[in-house]
Amino acid sequence: MDTHPESASQTAGPYVHIGCTPNFAGITGVYDVDLGATMITGDASGKRITLIGQVFDGTGTPLRDAMVEAWQADANGLYAGQEGADPHFTGFGRCPCDAEDGTFRFETLRPASVPWPSGGVQAPHITLWIVARGINIGLHTRAYFADAPENESDPVLGRIEHRNRVATLLAHPESDDIYRFNVTLQGPDETIFFDV
Amino acid sequence: MTKKPLGGYAPRQHQHQPVALYPPYRTSVKRSPQAAPLSFPTTISEESGPVFGHSLIGPLDADLLHNFGPQDVSAIGPRIVVHGRVQDQFGRPVAGALIEVWQANAGGRYRHAREGYVAPLDPNFGGCGRMITDENGCYEFRTVQPGPYPWPNGPNDWRPAHIHFSIFGHGFAQRLITQMYFEGDPLIPLCPIVRTIHDKAAVDRLIAPLDMSRTLPMDARAYRFDVTLRGRRQTIFENRMEGL
Repeated sequence: MDTHPESASQTAGPYVHIGCTPNFAGITGVYDVDLGATMITGDASGKRITLIGQVFDGTGTPLRDAMVEAWQADANGLYAGQEGADPHFTGFGRCPCDAEDGTFRFETLRPASVPWPSGGVQAPHITLWIVARGINIGLHTRAYFADAPENESDPVLGRIEHRNRVATLLAHPESDDIYRFNVTLQGPDETIFFDV
Repeated sequence: MTKKPLGGYAPRQHQHQPVALYPPYRTSVKRSPQAAPLSFPTTISEESGPVFGHSLIGPLDADLLHNFGPQDVSAIGPRIVVHGRVQDQFGRPVAGALIEVWQANAGGRYRHAREGYVAPLDPNFGGCGRMITDENGCYEFRTVQPGPYPWPNGPNDWRPAHIHFSIFGHGFAQRLITQMYFEGDPLIPLCPIVRTIHDKAAVDRLIAPLDMSRTLPMDARAYRFDVTLRGRRQTIFENRMEGL
């Protein structure tokens, strides 16, 4: 069935910001704003939340040169482009990690559940894609909400054999509207990554 | 219910992809996951993705010769056109794909706060560009051919000349960042980052050939770089509407 092999990935390298967030890199005057800087573009419906976190390497050091992208449904469980999706919400965010402490941050909406292909629903989640120097192919994971009762019946969380690793996919509330999702690339607390 | 083949995106072809851990690329040692990834068939979360309209693109976004400095002064270096086609693995053109590119200048110097190579910045070169593929999946941009540069890996490692590409297809499952290399560059087989890909044919597909047919006489040489993204299987299953 395959007629053409997929192009190979390569690391985004340490200067990914030049191409993906040039204003952040100090290259101003080429693009008005960096792509993905704003996910809420108007009077979007739903609960506004902030998702923050850091990406740690196998020594426990936060990456200060990673770039994280977020893709998620709106407060009604619809993705941008679907009929009826919130016109004031892009669903897409892109954040360069802070140059000092490596924090990433998305000002976004709490998503609703979305369909699972063979029936039922997936618990609310935000897909995250992480690239950086030293990462040869983008790492795909999901942030679920630790306080969401829907997690109990989520089909992805349900198929994780090592139950003690489920917690690596949970974003924890730090206040009513701030959730923290730390990513660990390697080691005993390694985040679950998806081949999907 | 009749059993039908799965829809969604075909699985990623890992035999053509780099390995996560390749110790000669030293930064990969502590940044590579050790546990196996978790697989499941793609869902709407992966089959949908952001769509970027042509209104995003400014008039000079695909002209790296002129999009940073004054428009009547070109960046210094070998002038080139880079063009190609984005298709999926089933050969279908990927129209409307956003491509972002970034690169060093002709001397191998990046315009970035963390970069300290002795080669100078070019005041008329920023190093970023972007474009959206047309209805045939084709794209084109103008730039200078970047120079090789040394990097702190082994004691004497030099990256081949390369241009970074970031591509958004139609679904988040297709998201790709890669690098384009130039035909004939003797640094390519020496590079630990290139060698994270163990399939030689997959490396060869990242090497853009010189394309005299698109070279602009007395102006710019041309290189052709085609990209293949994961493909979406056509079959729709019964209990699932198209697009869900």
